[in-house]
Amino acid sequence: MSAALLLDGGLALLVVAVALRSIAVGPAFAAVVGFVAFGLLLALAWVRLAAVDVALTEAAIGSGVTGAVLIAAAARLRPTEAGSAAERPGPGLRAATAALSVLVSLALAGLVLFPADPAPSLAPDAGAHLAALGVGNPVTAVLLAYRAMDTLLEKVVLLLALLGVWSLAQDTAWGGLPRPQCPSRAEGSLVLLARLLPPVGILVGVYVLWVGAVAPGGAFQGGAILAAMWILAMIAGLLDPPATGRRWVRRAVTVGPAVFMVVGVAGFALPGGFLSYPEGLAKPLIIAVEVVLTLSIAVILGLLVAGPPERKSP
Amino acid sequence: MSLLADVATVLLVVAGAVFFLAGTVGLLRFPDPLSRLHALTKADNLGLGLMVLGLLPQMGGLAAAVKLVAVWLLAQVAGATVTQLIARAVRHGGSGP
Amino acid sequence: MSEFLIAAALFVLAMAALGLVRSLRGPTDADRMMAVQLLGTGGIAALLLLAAGTGMAGIVDTALILALLAAFAGVAFVNSRPRDGAAGDGAAGDGRVGDIGAGNR
Repeated sequence: MSAALLLDGGLALLVVAVALRSIAVGPAFAAVVGFVAFGLLLALAWVRLAAVDVALTEAAIGSGVTGAVLIAAAARLRPTEAGSAAERPGPGLRAATAALSVLVSLALAGLVLFPADPAPSLAPDAGAHLAALGVGNPVTAVLLAYRAMDTLLEKVVLLLALLGVWSLAQDTAWGGLPRPQCPSRAEGSLVLLARLLPPVGILVGVYVLWVGAVAPGGAFQGGAILAAMWILAMIAGLLDPPATGRRWVRRAVTVGPAVFMVVGVAGFALPGGFLSYPEGLAKPLIIAVEVVLTLSIAVILGLLVAGPPERKSP
Repeated sequence: MSLLADVATVLLVVAGAVFFLAGTVGLLRFPDPLSRLHALTKADNLGLGLMVLGLLPQMGGLAAAVKLVAVWLLAQVAGATVTQLIARAVRHGGSGP
Repeated sequence: MSEFLIAAALFVLAMAALGLVRSLRGPTDADRMMAVQLLGTGGIAALLLLAAGTGMAGIVDTALILALLAAFAGVAFVNSRPRDGAAGDGAAGDGRVGDIGAGNR
């Protein structure tokens, strides 16, 4: 037991230390490196908390897309970094921020240290209805059945984030091409990796999506892996980012939320109302929604990394 | 048979741990980036490789074992590529030996 | 056996965490990437040890994803550096600009 305790304690301390370091460090790049390390440690921490679904998500998104976005951002900020480092918020704002952070931390600590007795939990309820849905993984059941509304809105938020990135484009470039991810010729070993990895990665992504019905995994994790493979091919110069106005791009980013919405509206015909599934059809519908969501998530995440369109497509 | 498998696991995992130790010490103590990179690859290749080898007997079935080997192979490909890329970045960066 | 495997996971993680000191010191961004790379490998090893030690489903899948994406941060890092043409300002600047920034704080 003692090794497990040491592992958990050490992991907790390490997560906090890396987080503090990532905030306190000066240069943006070092902060990003700290954040990538933080994500890795967080994945381990989720595993120790027996939340493997969350660990999978953290691993897929944290060491993939998030790292790529932040490293690219740090590189873009580099020319202006010295100037912005001199700007500091006033003492009032800093004091208010510190007070708010302390308050939130204390509240969270209070909730963890003095939980209500018995602790509120919906876990038994979530487990009780798995058979009716035909889904073996309670987390997938929560995401796509019990709390499907949250998941749907989450995907819409992802879509809005992409629109936010695109809105940085100049009017003349709207619908055009993002800047190529690979500015000049790529290194041989990188090209080799980008040819070798995607077939395996696509397989793993589909596997994670598929296994999500019965075990840890699901649409978001699968989509994040597929996106990472696409980005890798773009960075190696094997693929260019598509013009954001292309019809298949627009369709791919909207098909997931759209199908989810159609299935949800169809639920009005049933007693449960919006987003309820007909008896016996729950599992096929959930899997269908997950498949299209995976596609949309992959394309949206890839385009988020590719950035706003910068020139008109020829 | 199970005892033999356990002994093999312990030996191989300890051997792997030694390479992780060596990798960390090298990363911390070696004087220049390229030497440090060299130390890193020891943990990447041998450390993880020995551990995977050691864990194979503990896996329930063939499928789990194959997955374990796949993890190691993927880590190999990633490690080999990244060390190449970092090494080249160090050389072009002028902060090499 | 499971006790031993968890202890081994603890050791590997401790080693990778010690390696993070290199990301504190730098001095170049490449060194920082190496520390993260070591943490990635250490994390994969720790996950595999935990999977065998605890028998929890899905941990190996997490390790599989980490291994699949292990090269990602490194690739993005190299891609974000100024290319050959801009060697002059990117070259020495890369790691050291950051260090000057850190020194000012």
